[in-house]
Amino acid sequence: MTIPAGSLLTAQDLRKAYGPTTALDGAEFSIHPGEVVAVMGPSGSGKSTLLHCLAGIVMPDSGSITYNGREVTAMSDAERSALRRSEFGFVFQFGQLVPELTCVENVALPMRLNGSSRKEAERTALAWMERLEVDELRKKRPGEVSGGQGQRVAVARALVTNPRVVFADEPTGALDSFNGERVMELLTDAARSANAAVVLVTHEARVAAYSDREIVVRDGKSRDMERVV
Amino acid sequence: MSAGQWARDLSMGVRFAFAGGREGWIRALLTAVGVGLGVALLLLTTALPNALAERDRREAARSDHTFSQQKIPKADDTLIVLDSDTTFRDRDVRGRMLEAEGPRAPLPPGVARFPAAGEMVVSPALKELLASDDGKLLRERLNYRIAGTIGEQGLVGSQELAYFAGGTGLEKLLDGLASGARIDSFGSDGLASSDPWDPVLLLLVLVVFVVLLMPVAVFIAAAVRFGGERRDRRLAALRLVGSDSRMTRRIAAGEALAGSVLGLVLGAGFFLLGRQLAASFEVFHVSVFPSYLNPSPVLALLVALVVPAAAVVVTILALRGVVIEPLGVVRTAKPARRRLWWRLLLPLGGLALLFPMIGQGDDGGEFNQYLVVGGVMLLLVGVTALLPWVVETVVARLGSGGVAWQLAVRRLQLSSGAAARMVNGIAVAVAGAIALQMLFAGVEGNYTRASQYDVSRAQMQVNVPDGAEPASIAEEFRTTEGVRRVTVLSDGYLGDRRGEGDTYVRFTVADCASLREVATLPSCRDGDVFAVQGAEEDTGTDTMAKPGTTLWADPADTSRPDDRGVSWTVPQDIRQAQAREDPTGYERGGILITPGALPGKLGPLASTQLYLSLDRSVPDAYEYVRNTAVRLDPTAQPMTWNSVESNDRYATIRTGLSVGAACVLALIGASLLVSQLEQLRERRKLLSSLVAFGTRRRTLSLSVLWQTAIPIGLGLLLAATVGMALGAVLLRMTNTSVRVDWPSVLSMTGIGAGVVLVVTLLSLPPLLRMMRPDGLRTE
Amino acid sequence: MSIGHTLLGLLESGPRHGYDLKRAFDEKFGHDRPLHYGQVYSTMSRLLKNGLVEVDGIEAGGGPERKRYAITEAGITDVERWLATPEKPEPYLQSTLYTKVVLALLTHRDAADILDTQRSEHLRSMRILTDRKRKGDLADQLICDHALFHLEADLRWLELTAARLDKLREAVTR
Repeated sequence: MTIPAGSLLTAQDLRKAYGPTTALDGAEFSIHPGEVVAVMGPSGSGKSTLLHCLAGIVMPDSGSITYNGREVTAMSDAERSALRRSEFGFVFQFGQLVPELTCVENVALPMRLNGSSRKEAERTALAWMERLEVDELRKKRPGEVSGGQGQRVAVARALVTNPRVVFADEPTGALDSFNGERVMELLTDAARSANAAVVLVTHEARVAAYSDREIVVRDGKSRDMERVV
Repeated sequence: MSAGQWARDLSMGVRFAFAGGREGWIRALLTAVGVGLGVALLLLTTALPNALAERDRREAARSDHTFSQQKIPKADDTLIVLDSDTTFRDRDVRGRMLEAEGPRAPLPPGVARFPAAGEMVVSPALKELLASDDGKLLRERLNYRIAGTIGEQGLVGSQELAYFAGGTGLEKLLDGLASGARIDSFGSDGLASSDPWDPVLLLLVLVVFVVLLMPVAVFIAAAVRFGGERRDRRLAALRLVGSDSRMTRRIAAGEALAGSVLGLVLGAGFFLLGRQLAASFEVFHVSVFPSYLNPSPVLALLVALVVPAAAVVVTILALRGVVIEPLGVVRTAKPARRRLWWRLLLPLGGLALLFPMIGQGDDGGEFNQYLVVGGVMLLLVGVTALLPWVVETVVARLGSGGVAWQLAVRRLQLSSGAAARMVNGIAVAVAGAIALQMLFAGVEGNYTRASQYDVSRAQMQVNVPDGAEPASIAEEFRTTEGVRRVTVLSDGYLGDRRGEGDTYVRFTVADCASLREVATLPSCRDGDVFAVQGAEEDTGTDTMAKPGTTLWADPADTSRPDDRGVSWTVPQDIRQAQAREDPTGYERGGILITPGALPGKLGPLASTQLYLSLDRSVPDAYEYVRNTAVRLDPTAQPMTWNSVESNDRYATIRTGLSVGAACVLALIGASLLVSQLEQLRERRKLLSSLVAFGTRRRTLSLSVLWQTAIPIGLGLLLAATVGMALGAVLLRMTNTSVRVDWPSVLSMTGIGAGVVLVVTLLSLPPLLRMMRPDGLRTE
Repeated sequence: MSIGHTLLGLLESGPRHGYDLKRAFDEKFGHDRPLHYGQVYSTMSRLLKNGLVEVDGIEAGGGPERKRYAITEAGITDVERWLATPEKPEPYLQSTLYTKVVLALLTHRDAADILDTQRSEHLRSMRILTDRKRKGDLADQLICDHALFHLEADLRWLELTAARLDKLREAVTR
């Protein structure tokens, strides 16, 4: 596959096995700035592994990942952590908010990890929470808010550092369709206006419908539907 | 509710306790070890009174002193017994010289037949000591052939050093300095019952037990809560399949019961093991035979019932604030803010119990044991009551910091109770240990300061036997290895008239060099005589030490009738001298006479002491002196003025205490690690997601460290405060000046802090493993 | 549903009589609605006219039902194109999709490809609807949602079918 011009993040021929289980078997990927790409496929197909590789959380056994001209697979663990802190944002299905911290502290966390002062981080965090319509939850702890609210807090947290890429792994998986769609609407709106790319792993069509295009992962192989049709 | 239902639920809980893989086993084992240690200590405590009574009984049975003034005549059933106790390094050796005066003479307990002259029977511990390289000097001293060993019946402890030596012509020694008697039977009924326990010693023992038992109790309480959250989830699952809330409680109780019953078994094992080990230990020079350590059956039964019952009660109490619903565990609302007042009542109550006893330990006043135990326990329990409040209050006020700090503080704010519970055991152990160390250090310091002797001038005193020639005896010691200088002082009293006098004046005979040890002399030559006035307890010098006055020998000094007429006239050239403290720490007054001025007949009326100054670079100088003394007189018991040996003794105990405290802390540390890992595992997904969005591993590790370090720090601070307060009160009780023993405070808190560090370090590898992205994978 | 493409596809495995074709169609796809012979006859004449099939031979004593048909190169290309073209996402198109999948399996083509292509087409429609929904008023939203839920149902069916392709292949090629 040739790298499409202007790609922000690309992956070529990714292979990854967990013991005897092959998770990725030559997967490809590319995304442009501001683009929302859905990664679809049946469960166990390797979608999440692809996302983890793209985000530099997991190192592939072979293949190459290029972010903004830099080879991610050649980076050290510390460099990849720094990359994730400063350039990437993350939303997961659940279990991602720190239960002891208040919502605003949770949202501010990535900024604080980047070295911002507490005050500044929380001010920015609050702005994002307003944008995601959860600013009234700032003093609440994650255990005291509903699932949909919690996911919006998580989206705010993913966006607070103005990331270039947001990785969302089944962000609506634990939500009903109304709340799920609201979260997707807010996530994609916010990402588009910030010109952030979104890698969206989902098995739900109505969630994937918020993307610009989708790739399908099956048996560890990816298929970019735009280029096929 | 049928008993069968109860039994079913409990047994189901018992099954759950051991099902759950390796982790389940480890948890059950830790609980059991904690309970077991507690049980062993409890059994030991219940056995102690028996052991001490047994010692007393045996001590009385071998008593050989007749305290009646009535002397019995020599007969075929009499025995001469002379004390020949000696000291070897820091250990006392009970020695007796025996001479049977007839075929029916009584045998001492544990001795099969009388040792012949030149033979001895020895205790097993002494036999071992004599056979060892260490015992070489003692072997020279006890220069008898070993003819047998003393049986258990004749000893009060497994490690007691004792011998019976055979002798001849002992009768004439009875009149001398030696203490001894002619007896026709061993044993006394009550007359010679052993001294009541030294109140300070009793206090120490009581406090040691409370201090060692308390953290174990706290630990047991914490141990039965191991794996609480996992258990709650399991119970919730049981609710889902239809058990009611009472059933789940009983099942939980069954789980706790399993651990504590296993603990009872382990405890019995520990106790039996400890009982055997006890035979090779000596505490306060007290050792026991394993057979002494028999807990009274009633108390043992009580322990066997109370410990599992307590485990069940603690579990049910812990579940009180928890509602287990089929779909999970609900903690009843937000727990109310902790109140301070009743928590303060406990330690204050403890102080109030101890306070009235301040100053009693000095003059034989006895402590009320119940008040001591109650007071110390309340104070230590106060730590566990205060700590949650302190942690909650302090943590609520902790401000901003780095991310690691924020994560830790917020977590503590949300669950300060759990954090405090984790460190309670450590805090109690450290508080108790600090108090004990202070008490030991204080009592030990007391011992050193109490010595009035000027140990820089002389370290030993030897009494010269009557009838011996002081000069030659002194010469023997002067040539003994390790002796630097011998001061020979002979003294006696002279009355103002023949027979019973009204007033007496002390006279001291010595050469010029020795006299300078007792007074500041203007100049001195042999033949000089000095008067020393104005010394302590001196009444007669100013009136009687006048030139030309005739003074008469004190009839009490002699048994020979012809000595009664001995008189001495104060010479014209008597000079005044200034008193100074003699080696015994006294300022002695009276008349000082150089040998040249002494009429020969006055000589035997004076008793002679040798004050020996030893060369400290010779390690066994004391032993050489004792050997010389015993060679000259088998019943000689030279006195030692040095306090070095007592330091050694306390040092051993303190080391033992530190080791014990460290063991308790290690045990608590292990439990800390288990609950730490359990908590981490529950947060696995969270940790993985934190790592995903770029959190440094260092940040997370630091937050785990803070999370333990903050409560532990507070716990240690509180422990140090309470420990020092308790130590101070205990010291006041023994009438010892309060001195904070900083090294022990620091070392105990250091050990506590070390435990935290080790626990954190040990939990790091699993933490790092859990932070791997595998945790993100959805099942 | 295109009977012509279906019959063409069935011919790909080898020349058949018209009667065989009807039997094969009924067996694989007809279920409760068997094909009339007249339908087969008229369809085959149209295909013959368009040059997609040719007459391979006529059996003796035969009427029209005795003609043997074979697919031409042009016919194969036509089936190929048909299979590769996703259906316009409309309600109740599962019978066409089913036919396509079975035909693909019968002719050893990649059935998963068909499903992926179709999903992509569905998603394209859903994106348009989603976009309209985001920009529209409540009425728009409700209308779009209705359509979206229907499309989603199709997509779920696609996923389910994709997950069962192996089983289906076994069943239809038996």
